[in-house]
Amino acid sequence: MSITVLTPGFLTTVQDLGRIGAQRYGVTVGGAMDPFSLRVANLLVGNEEGDAGLEMTFTGPALRFHQDVLIAITGGDLPLHMDGRLLPRWRSVLVKAGGILRGSGMGKGSRAYLAVAGGISVPSVLGSKSTDLKAGIGGYQGRPLQEGDVLEIGKPSPWAESLMGSLHDFPFAAAHWQVSPKMFSFYRENPTLRVIRGGHFHLFDRASRQKFFREEFLVTPQSDRMGYRLTGPKVNMEKPYEMISEAVTVGTIQVPPDGNPILLMADRQTTGGYPKIAHVITADLPVVAQVKPGERIRFQEVSLEEAWTEYRLRERALKQLAEGIRAKGNG
Amino acid sequence: MERSSYKISPMGDRAVLVQLGDRIQPETHGWVRALSIYLDQHPLPGMVEYIPAFTSVALIYDLMKTTYLEVKSRLEEILASLSPSAAATARQVVIPVCYGGEWGPDLEFVARYHHMAPEEVITIHSEGEYRVYMIGFAPGFPYLGGLPERIATPRRATPRMKIPAGSVGIAGTQTGIYPIDSPGGWQIIGRTPLHLFRPHRNPPSLLQSGDRIRFQPISPDEYAAWVEEEG
Repeated sequence: MSITVLTPGFLTTVQDLGRIGAQRYGVTVGGAMDPFSLRVANLLVGNEEGDAGLEMTFTGPALRFHQDVLIAITGGDLPLHMDGRLLPRWRSVLVKAGGILRGSGMGKGSRAYLAVAGGISVPSVLGSKSTDLKAGIGGYQGRPLQEGDVLEIGKPSPWAESLMGSLHDFPFAAAHWQVSPKMFSFYRENPTLRVIRGGHFHLFDRASRQKFFREEFLVTPQSDRMGYRLTGPKVNMEKPYEMISEAVTVGTIQVPPDGNPILLMADRQTTGGYPKIAHVITADLPVVAQVKPGERIRFQEVSLEEAWTEYRLRERALKQLAEGIRAKGNG
Repeated sequence: MERSSYKISPMGDRAVLVQLGDRIQPETHGWVRALSIYLDQHPLPGMVEYIPAFTSVALIYDLMKTTYLEVKSRLEEILASLSPSAAATARQVVIPVCYGGEWGPDLEFVARYHHMAPEEVITIHSEGEYRVYMIGFAPGFPYLGGLPERIATPRRATPRMKIPAGSVGIAGTQTGIYPIDSPGGWQIIGRTPLHLFRPHRNPPSLLQSGDRIRFQPISPDEYAAWVEEEG
């Protein structure tokens, strides 16, 4: 049971939901930039939500499947073909042995996720299969996929076996049902992101505090899995502030002395020494993950209560989706 | 010891920041340790993990299992009954270091900067006892307190593209050890054969917040022997 990497695309890595519990040792959380998409992809192939899949960045790879396998593609709209036909997204798809998936250029969104029934089988390091590029651990030998890599895959669940048994077409066959587009209607280009104030918000000068919410920021090319560097209105402190390094979290927006905010993402360091002006709410992190360099973003302040409500609504919808998909196995 | 004042505030929508002081000093850090040890022994319901720093502890919680207000009120209870005496039993760790030469390319610069002989820098650096204030920046990277002011040295004007794992450096009044190959601007005065980041062991960091460490000078031959032993 394996997949061969023919070409790796711009950046394809093995990711799960991250390395939880070792931040006190300086170990990066990492994991899928867009955890929502990875979770849905896993559900569609009968996996656990946190199983390891592939995160494909900007341009898709070319992959050869060596046996019949159930896959699902979610997240950003990167064009991925098989035998000249576009593979459907947000849907369970049976790929026949010998099938080759090929990425062809960029589409909408930054990152697509590929889950395979049984999950990508790589050793767990500190409880996670995520690739930590900086530490060189996890995933496939601690690095991005390269031409010639062979990925082992685990054993599909009985649910996946049963669905595979009902799909037959060549070279691939999609299930007749898919995730309702309503589930992922929150993705958008040049988004307005909801944030709550950071602990140092009040230390920024009045004009900067206003500009932060009124004006737009450009996501620069110096943006990656660690964080997005933004330019736009300069955000300045009332007076210089020497802060003592403390923990940061995914979605934290910190501002170095040059006044250009940095939005921290999956591969952020565990601690930071720059003032925190705001935090993107957890429910909007999948949206951020799909933003491309060159896009513009705005920030809109919401209350903590609203952030929590949005998060719980999203989790509830995912739970219902999981139940709905599981029920397809019985009918 | 007087109980320090503290501040509990939200850090985003799924983390709480407990600030136990606003200065890097052993007393404040004693509270950071005491709270960390308490959380190790009595994890709060819904706690995902915690991240201790110089003067603060951040606690990440699972929004589906608890709420900010629950976490905050539990932390207030804990802090009311906590005493920093729990922090007294710090581990002592000795870090062997081969100073100078290819292992410490900036030792000469640091010595010249302070108008000292390189041996004097080594003596001063290895005489002191250091406290691990925080692990951060990179996996297993210790922020150490206690560098004698006499050898405090500014960062390099141009950072190096690659500093080998194990390198021991000085940056301003800080000293530290690079656990993994990384770029950086610290003045590198030596290298330890020990692995500070051990991803396949538990815990994955040789050093932990609160440890007291000493540097033990070793010869290049001893360094080579250690490297063989460490693998």
